[in-house]
Amino acid sequence: MNPFSSGTRLRDMIRSIRGCKTAAEERAVVRKECASIRAAISDNDNDYRHRNMAKLMFIHMLGYPTHFGQMECLKLIAAPGFPEKRIGYLGLMLLLDERQEVLMLVTNSLKQDLNHTNQYIVGLALCALGNICSAEMARDLAPEVERLLQLRDPNIRKKAALCSIRIIKKVPDLAENFVNPAASLLKEKHHGVLLTGIQLCTDLCEVSTEALEFFRKKYTEGLVKVLKDVVNSPYAPEYDISGIADPFLHIRLLRILRVLGHGDTDASDCMNDILAQVATKTESNKNAGNAILYECVETIMSIEDSSGLRVLAINILGRFLSNRDNNIRYVALNMLMRAITVDSQAVQRHRATILECVKDLDASIRKKALELVYLLVNENNVTSLSKELIDYLEVTDQEFKGDLTEKICSIVEKFSPEKIWYIDQMLKVLSLAGNYVKDEVWHALIVVISNASNLHGYTVRLLYRAVQLSGEQEILVRVAVWCIGEYGEMLVNSIGMLEKEEPITVTECDAIDVIESACKQYSTDLATRAMCLVALLKLSCRFPSSSQRIQDIIAQNKGSLLLELQQRSIEFDSILQKHQNIRSALCERMPVLDESTYVGRRAGSLPAAVSTSQGAVLDLSNGVGKPSAAPLVDLLDLSSDDTPVPNSSGNDFLHDLLGVDLSIASTETGTNQAQKSGADVLMDLLSIGTLPSQSSLSSFDGLFSSRDNSASVGGLENLSSNTTLPVQASTESGGFPMMDLLDALSPSEQNREDSGPTYPSVVAYESSSLRITFNFSKQPGNVRTTLVEANFVNKSSNAYTDFIFQAAVPKFLQLHLDPASNNVLPASGNGLITQKLRVVNSQHGKKSLVMRIRIAYKLNDKDVKEEGQISNFPPGL
Amino acid sequence: MIPISRNNKNSGHLFPLIQRQILSPPLIIIIPSSKMIHFVLLISRQGKVRLTKWYSPYSQKERSKVIRELSSLILTRAPRLCNFVEWRGFKVVYKRYASLYFCMCINQDDNELEVLEIIHHYVEILDRYFGSAYFILDEILIAGELQESSKKTVARLVAAQDSLVEAAKEQANSVSFIISQATK
Repeated sequence: MNPFSSGTRLRDMIRSIRGCKTAAEERAVVRKECASIRAAISDNDNDYRHRNMAKLMFIHMLGYPTHFGQMECLKLIAAPGFPEKRIGYLGLMLLLDERQEVLMLVTNSLKQDLNHTNQYIVGLALCALGNICSAEMARDLAPEVERLLQLRDPNIRKKAALCSIRIIKKVPDLAENFVNPAASLLKEKHHGVLLTGIQLCTDLCEVSTEALEFFRKKYTEGLVKVLKDVVNSPYAPEYDISGIADPFLHIRLLRILRVLGHGDTDASDCMNDILAQVATKTESNKNAGNAILYECVETIMSIEDSSGLRVLAINILGRFLSNRDNNIRYVALNMLMRAITVDSQAVQRHRATILECVKDLDASIRKKALELVYLLVNENNVTSLSKELIDYLEVTDQEFKGDLTEKICSIVEKFSPEKIWYIDQMLKVLSLAGNYVKDEVWHALIVVISNASNLHGYTVRLLYRAVQLSGEQEILVRVAVWCIGEYGEMLVNSIGMLEKEEPITVTECDAIDVIESACKQYSTDLATRAMCLVALLKLSCRFPSSSQRIQDIIAQNKGSLLLELQQRSIEFDSILQKHQNIRSALCERMPVLDESTYVGRRAGSLPAAVSTSQGAVLDLSNGVGKPSAAPLVDLLDLSSDDTPVPNSSGNDFLHDLLGVDLSIASTETGTNQAQKSGADVLMDLLSIGTLPSQSSLSSFDGLFSSRDNSASVGGLENLSSNTTLPVQASTESGGFPMMDLLDALSPSEQNREDSGPTYPSVVAYESSSLRITFNFSKQPGNVRTTLVEANFVNKSSNAYTDFIFQAAVPKFLQLHLDPASNNVLPASGNGLITQKLRVVNSQHGKKSLVMRIRIAYKLNDKDVKEEGQISNFPPGL
Repeated sequence: MIPISRNNKNSGHLFPLIQRQILSPPLIIIIPSSKMIHFVLLISRQGKVRLTKWYSPYSQKERSKVIRELSSLILTRAPRLCNFVEWRGFKVVYKRYASLYFCMCINQDDNELEVLEIIHHYVEILDRYFGSAYFILDEILIAGELQESSKKTVARLVAAQDSLVEAAKEQANSVSFIISQATK
């Protein structure tokens, strides 16, 4: 058989793959081809190895797995002929990367080929080594490369130079061996060798300060001269690009001069003249020339101060910025961002042009310009800049709104000259793009509003107007609802009118209308509706004559399937009906939130806020809609380990405001309080000793009690998963109609015990002080859900108090934690804490469970934390 | 219009934050100081991959992801916009020639205009010398760095190696070789 007559078959394969009409068809063809290649590999077929490798590379490019062909690369490389080696190395570079163990096996072949007499084979080996070598290979083969660097053949020298770059990046210790051979390359005339030699020297300077000093002392002048020669060289067709002789060489020379000149006045002085020449003489009507100018400006900005040159550089950027070519403008914005640290005044001069770029059609340019504007804002120009940006927010397309909103909010917050201005701007943003405003931003707004007592009336009236026009912006509605709740009487009676305000007549009825319609419009959003209920309660005191209407609206939520709403409305209803005497005391204005404390807390939580935006995984017990509460964040963020949990986040601020600390359950899980859920917390806050509507509440307890025994009831399952409120097991049945439903389903609960597979218990976590065992059970008919009973045993001889267990899971899992049986863990295993977890695996059958846990407790009044990862779940969960 | 914001949203792909650090390595290791090209992609207008070359380590899974993300980012861009897109903290310089997009990924602070020039350099050689795009690329870039600024030299080196292969082919086809093989 002839190994080279097989080329047509590769072409055939490509043709048949390209001819496929569906992805399934393509997969079938590829599967067939892979099968035959595998067969050839196992037969150790020499004749078609070459062709099979080419096919594999094509298949790899389409994204199919080709690891089975890796050894074939090695065999081809070990073959004696050039054609086999060539395809073998190509395959090696494509199918493998430096992280694969197989790669180590090729070291020996590489070594032989680096010492080969044929320059092209040496070239192949250098190329492969340069592209994929690992640190170990770099160490093993560095002497060969160093030797090749000193050969006379330019083709080998330039390849060896680039290969050396990879080696010193992998193993910086080897740098010193390369300094001398690299320096000798700088005297070369061959452009390829010179180009790669300069690049190698630049990289040497970056990894080794000795090398930097060496080149700075001995070669600065020489390199300046080389650049002079290149700049002034006559037309050379071989290297000419749009009238410039070898722009690539120009760029590399400018780059190494930048490294040498940075932080060294003498070296910088030495290159002043040539930089001025390049900056003034280079043609800027073609891309190649602009690429050189780009590099020249960079160098001028990094070397030691020469104000004359800086003016030249800034002028070049100014020209770039007004260029009609989008590429050049993009680059200009990019560089101005870096120039701002050097000369912010000069950049400020271009502010108007930059602002125009924010409105460009090109998303890349818009984004860059916005980043730059952000850097340009200061106290003096904030009013005009933010006005421009907010005006633009109105017309920009959806995709850009998020970025723009974020930047505007940040600018307005940072540089606001006065509160009224800040409130005005924020309300404008909320009206235009409220849905893009992050939670912490509007929370901060509310803090500011509550602090600005002279502006309460003004703000609430402004919000009232804004909501009429932009009711579709939910965040705006939330802020408005909060303010109307707090300052409703100022809205209706036009209290605290400012001079510039236009008079407005709002009746009590109008104000309540706003809240009622918000409640209807955002019927799916728990947080908004919860805020509406609180606002209504507050208004019932502010507007005594509308009390009946408010009561009716609140009563509508009594039957809500969302527990939080149900609970609030029932409690509020009872306050309205039975506790007239204390109502006005309850509904006083929120105490003013301390701004400085809030700012501090928020600053501490900033990284945390980012992390939650990536998607919170934990659904905390008793968590509402968006559970971005502190403990979760803390658990997900390893770096913030030692910050005390409740103080580390400003996110719970909203909850403070709303009067219900929604995150409390997680911090106090296991205490009796948590079991009774947020209701008590709320009641505490409202300072009522006992719950008046005990009987009606307990019927809800009954409604949800099924969760503790078995969460198998389909309809209820969904219901409870929305709120996951931990409830005491209770058999008390109220006169609630849904109880019948429950009763009807209860027999199935008994069958559960003997149906379904059983899973062995595992020791999920064990340390010298603590052991956690997990018992598993499944719900019949719901394979994805696993019920876990966690048992905690104290192995030490001291009791643990304030015991808290927390867990986090990857996105494909959902986790619900029930409260723990206790928060004190007796010593020496004399009793245990149990806690139930429910895990829903959305990738059931594909991925198994995994969980990260953290346990915190007090031992002799000292805080102890333990962490671990559980990956030994029984398969099939 | 242009889904550039997609790269922001895409950040949390498998596990949020620590879970990702623990269970799977970060997708891309950023080496900000080194100037180099991280990878080269040739994608047709229909989104078919024509060439891939990786100078930084990416697993097969990451490679597919990179290709998928970049095709949707780049192929949807309107003509006459700038040739740069920001992507996961990197910059991708792309240019369309006929129905083929040439893309090179660089660091944030690298010279985009130079990379455009490198792409053009490559295209001109491909245009003048008809040979394998892979072999030509290997004569232009090693370790993500430019190797040769002369198109003539590149063409000469590739031609010399192609003729070595031709010679080997001819030898294999020659009568004497077949006889010697048969009589072995």
